[in-house]
Amino acid sequence: MASLDTRKKLVTAALIAPAALWLFFFLVLPFIAMVGFSFGERGAAGGYQPGFTLEHYANLGARSMAYVNTLTLAPIGSLLCLLIAYPAAYYLAVKSNPNHRLLLVSLVIIPFWTSLLVRTYAWMYILGSRGIPNLLDMIGIENVRMLNTPGAVLLGIVYGYLPLMIMPIYVSLEKLDRRLLEASADLGARPISTFFSVTLPLSLPGVMTGVALVTILLLGEYLIPQLLGGGKVFFLGNALVDLFLQSRNWPFGSAIAVTLVLIVVIVLMIAMRIAWRVSGTRQVDLV
Amino acid sequence: MSRKEKDNSLITPERFMDEFMRLKRGSVSRRHFLGITGLGLAATVMGGAMRPFGSMAMAEDLGKQMSIATWPNYHDPATFEAFTAATGVAVEVNVFGSNEEMLAKLQAGASGWDLFVPTNYTISTYVQLGLIDELDLTKVPNFSAATENPRFTSEGKVDGKTFALPKNWGTTGFAVNTDKIKKPMASWKDFFEVAMTEADGRAMVHDYQLTTIGNALVSLGYSFNSIKPEELAKAEELLLKVKPHLFAINSDYQPAMRAGDAWLTMCWTNDGAQLNRDVPDIAYILGKDGGEIWTDYYAIPKDAPNKAAGYALLNFLMDPAVAVKEHIANGAPATDSRVIDLLPKEITSNKIVYPDEAALTPLEFGAAVTLTDPGRAELMARFKSA
Repeated sequence: MASLDTRKKLVTAALIAPAALWLFFFLVLPFIAMVGFSFGERGAAGGYQPGFTLEHYANLGARSMAYVNTLTLAPIGSLLCLLIAYPAAYYLAVKSNPNHRLLLVSLVIIPFWTSLLVRTYAWMYILGSRGIPNLLDMIGIENVRMLNTPGAVLLGIVYGYLPLMIMPIYVSLEKLDRRLLEASADLGARPISTFFSVTLPLSLPGVMTGVALVTILLLGEYLIPQLLGGGKVFFLGNALVDLFLQSRNWPFGSAIAVTLVLIVVIVLMIAMRIAWRVSGTRQVDLV
Repeated sequence: MSRKEKDNSLITPERFMDEFMRLKRGSVSRRHFLGITGLGLAATVMGGAMRPFGSMAMAEDLGKQMSIATWPNYHDPATFEAFTAATGVAVEVNVFGSNEEMLAKLQAGASGWDLFVPTNYTISTYVQLGLIDELDLTKVPNFSAATENPRFTSEGKVDGKTFALPKNWGTTGFAVNTDKIKKPMASWKDFFEVAMTEADGRAMVHDYQLTTIGNALVSLGYSFNSIKPEELAKAEELLLKVKPHLFAINSDYQPAMRAGDAWLTMCWTNDGAQLNRDVPDIAYILGKDGGEIWTDYYAIPKDAPNKAAGYALLNFLMDPAVAVKEHIANGAPATDSRVIDLLPKEITSNKIVYPDEAALTPLEFGAAVTLTDPGRAELMARFKSA
């Protein structure tokens, strides 16, 4: 029996090894290098020079607005996505005609086949003077500015990330056991209380997955603030691009990147905790 | 005269530009364009003329593939197609937004470029960091030092050695939509005032510390290249005051100016010429209080994987017949008098492209230290993240 156990363990190890190696070489090693960089010094002409200093961590306050923007707009964007995505996912999974369901789900996913860059450029046109403001102009509302405003950034975020929120919620609602809804109705609950006491709690793992996924991706967002915010609404992602490509201060950039990773880990841990609690289990796959 | 005769006669500059604009609009094919303008024939002749050099270069084996790093809207794509047709080497074009990005890429190593287009003030830094080669001018017989204006060749030399050859020069002024902004403007002082008043929410500054900080400094009466902390502090104060009034901080300003989203922007010569050509209401103005004059160069990275092809393309681009097409496409002024002589008069008489000497006098070339100064880099980052 022991030998069988050992064999089982070996097989498991062999199966895990490729993924573990991949994670080690492409995730853990670069992260260690980044932590190393963050204690170094900026070279005279930019870049990295070996050394040991905590100055870059002490200087994080110089990018406080980037932290503030990221840590407010990412959760707000995520919440807006949720408010729009939940009814949409509910309709897709519960209310829509099953014969059309595949088509409707495809319509949610298809925009993902086009680069977000191209789609964001399309929004630049729609929000720019030749787009909606031009239509408003025709009906007498003049000089409306939409592009390069915080509103445009939020719109871009909701547009870009909505499918990522809809899909996990859709999946959790789709596998909902309809007999529970029938039982609830048989026991005299009105549809609205069935929704709040049965459907919503059972779909919460999907909601948490969606919120965690969207929030984490938003924490690293760069493109949308740059294109729809006119480079004036600065995210941590923009600070990183600036530090690596323009100021060429790699150690400072690394220090910010390390804090970004820590923030992501914290967000993920909180999301997992909540998901465990609401689902009463320890087996929740968030991402 | 019959169509055939007409096709075979020498083309006038006017007709050349007509045909060129038709090609740009897409109403004629490139084949038609090359045929009717005689450039197809020129390319064939040139190919023949290049044969002796070509065979010499072939002896070095040019390979099948090379890569150039350059700026957006900066070349005539037909140039690279013609090079491929003449040599069999395919050209991959990498486009960059700033010299800092290029420097970052080269510093990281293995950029894969065989030729690139740095601006004047970066060259001494590249030499100091050992990132570019001294050029072997015997491999660039098409370059003519005698017909170059020394104003534009000097920064390609470090300690008397040539590290870079000029592509074209230009200025950094501002573009203003005169249909929207009525106040006459002539200086960077005007620029920042109007950005906060008449052009509130409609003005753009570059996402580029050199010009954005430089022009703010000029508007305050300081040098474009200043790295004095107290002067930089004043410039930062001004930029932070202007920021809430800006439409965007972005060096890709053509789309917003064309759409009418932005009415005022910092602007480089070639963009100014293109904007003014297509939207005559957009004027290009040089600050009478100062600003920047610049030259873009060609240089070969030390770690270029295919130096032979890098030299071959450099030599090809130095050919006046090729360079003239490049300049018509890109709109920035040429440094080589052989090229200027071949350009149509509409271009050489355009004051945006070839301003009077008096307008150039207050302008400064960017300095190497202006690019590498950590104080300016950090100021720009603070301005953007504020």
